[in-house]
Amino acid sequence: MIEFRDVTKQYPDGTVAVDGLDLTVEDGKITVFVGPSGCGKTTSLRMINRMIDPTGGSILLDGKDIRESDPPLLRRGIGYVIQHAGLFPHRTVLDNVATVPLLTGAGKRAARARAAELLELVGLPQEVARRYPPQLSGGQQQRVGVARALAADPPVLLMDEPFSAVDPVVRDDLQQQLLRLQSELDKTIVFVTHDIDEAIKIGDRVAVFRVGGRLAQYDTPSALLAKPADDFVSSFVGRDRGYRALGFLTATGVPVAPVATVPAGGEVARAREALVDGWAVVVDEERRPLGWVSAETLSQMDGSVDAEQLVSGGSLFEVDSTAGTAGSLRNALDAALSSPAAVGIAVDGRGAVVGGVTAQTVLAALADARRSGEVPG
Amino acid sequence: MNIDWPWPWLERNLDDIAEATGEHLFLALLPVLVGLAVSVPLGWAASRWRVARGILVPLAGVLYTIPSLALITLVPLALGTRIIDPLNVQVPLAIYTIALLVRSVSDALAAVPREVTAAATALGYRPVHQFLTVELPLAVPVIVAGLRVAVVSAMSLTAVGALVGIGGLGQLITEGFLRNNGVELVVAIALIVVLALVIDALLLLVGRAVTPWVRAQRGTGASA
Repeated sequence: MIEFRDVTKQYPDGTVAVDGLDLTVEDGKITVFVGPSGCGKTTSLRMINRMIDPTGGSILLDGKDIRESDPPLLRRGIGYVIQHAGLFPHRTVLDNVATVPLLTGAGKRAARARAAELLELVGLPQEVARRYPPQLSGGQQQRVGVARALAADPPVLLMDEPFSAVDPVVRDDLQQQLLRLQSELDKTIVFVTHDIDEAIKIGDRVAVFRVGGRLAQYDTPSALLAKPADDFVSSFVGRDRGYRALGFLTATGVPVAPVATVPAGGEVARAREALVDGWAVVVDEERRPLGWVSAETLSQMDGSVDAEQLVSGGSLFEVDSTAGTAGSLRNALDAALSSPAAVGIAVDGRGAVVGGVTAQTVLAALADARRSGEVPG
Repeated sequence: MNIDWPWPWLERNLDDIAEATGEHLFLALLPVLVGLAVSVPLGWAASRWRVARGILVPLAGVLYTIPSLALITLVPLALGTRIIDPLNVQVPLAIYTIALLVRSVSDALAAVPREVTAAATALGYRPVHQFLTVELPLAVPVIVAGLRVAVVSAMSLTAVGALVGIGGLGQLITEGFLRNNGVELVVAIALIVVLALVIDALLLLVGRAVTPWVRAQRGTGASA
C-alpha cells in the first residue's frame, strides 16, 4: 500500500507541482494518475521512488516513511517503466533485463536466466535477447522495458506514460498484455498517462489531477464516467461518457433471441425462405458467422449461397451461457447498431452463433438494471 | 641537401633511432593518457553544471589556440622546471589534450538520452556506478574520436620539443637539419607519420571492439 499524506512539491521558483495530495494506492490494483500536462501526475509518481523528494507531507510504503530508505535500495524494490522505454543502448536486450538482479547481487548466470524468463513472459521471441535495443521496434522496446522493471519481482511497479510513444494498434496490444500480466502477477501498479481512455481501460482506480497539482477525483472508472465530481472532470472524461460507461456493465441480463441462419453453399431458394425480417446470417460448418444475406443479395446469386457476396456484419457480442457471463452492454449495443440487419450477433466462446440482440433489448436491460439500483442513475 | 643510400647510416644508428622512437612515444602518449584522465571528470562537471560548462569550454578553446612553441617556452617559467625537463613538453601536450577532450566528453555525456539516465537512476544505480557503467560507455565513441585527434597532434607536437632540447624523433630532425643529413630527416619524419597512423588505427580498432552496439545499430539501419 502506498499512502500520500498531504504531499506537496514546490520548486524553488515558486511553482507548485503537487498541492496537498492525499491518496492511498491499494495493493494488487492498477491505480492510474491522469490529467493534463502540468498537473503533477508524473511528479507524484516520481516521488514514490524518491526520484523527486516532496517539500511537504510524507509518503508511506507499506506503512514506512520512504524518507527513511536509502534511495537506490528503495528503487531496486520498485519496478520502473519509462516513456520511450529508456533501455540502455549499449547493452543487449538480455543484459538490459538482467540489470536489477545484477544490482541486487545475483550472479551473471542467474541474472541472465531470470532475464530470459521475463522476455518469454512479456511475449518476446528468444532471438531478440542478443540484439541491441535500437534494433527493436518501439513496441518491442516497451515490452523489454516492462520485463526489465519486473526482473527483480518487485511488489510495486511504477509506469510513467509507458505506452504513449507507440502507435495505437501497438498500444492496444501493450495494454492488453499489461492486463494479462497483472492478472497473473498481482502487482501494485501506479500508471501515469494523459490519455483518459487509457486510464479507463486499464485502471482499477483512476486519480484525475487538475493543473496546479490538485486531485480532482479519485474513483473507479465506471464511477468516473457515471458521476464526475465537477465540470473539470466531466470535460476531461470527454464525449460519449454515457455510451462508454456501458462498457463497465455486463450484458448478462440481455435476452438473446434466436436469429435466422443459413449455411454457406446452401440453396438460395431455401435461404430465401429462412429470412426473418428480410435478413439471415450466413454461417460456416462450425456455425461461425460469415456475413448477412437479404432478399436482394440472394437474388444476385445463382443456385447456392456464395460466401463471397455477403453483406459484411457488424461487431460481435460474446456470451458464455455455461459460465453465465457475457460481454458488456457496450459490446451488445455496438453489435446491434453496427449490424446491417439491426440485430447484433451473439457468439459463444468458440465463435459460433447463438442468437441475436437488438438495441431495444439492450436498452430495456439497461433500464431494468437502473431500476434494481445496479447502475447509478 | 645530401640524401645518400640510407642503409649504411641506418645500420650504424639503429640503436639511436630505436631509443629516440621509444622516447618519442613516451613523451607523446603519457600526456594524452593523463589528459584523458583529467578530461573525463572535467567533462562530466561541464555536462552537469551550466556554470562549469560556461567556464571550462571557452577556456579549453582559448588554450587550444595558444601556439605550441609559446606554450613550450612558457611552461618551464610557470612550473620552475629545468630547461631540458620532459615535463616542459608533456605538460603542454596534456593541456592540449584536455582542451580538445573536455568539450567532446561534455557533449558526449550531455547527449546520453535523458530517459536512459532517468531509467538507470530509477532502477537503483548509485551515481558513480551509473556514471561508469551507463553514461561513460555511451560516450566512448565520441571520446575515442577526440582521442585520435589528440594522439596524432601529440605525435607531431612532440617533435617541436626538440627545439627546447627535449629528445624523441624531433631531435633527429633538428640534428639531420644541422648536419645536412637528409636520410636522418626523412627517417625521423616518416617514423613520426607512420607511428601516428598506426596508433590512430589501433585506437579506431579498439574503439570499435569496445562499442559493439554501435555497429549493430548501423548494421540494421534501425532507429529508435
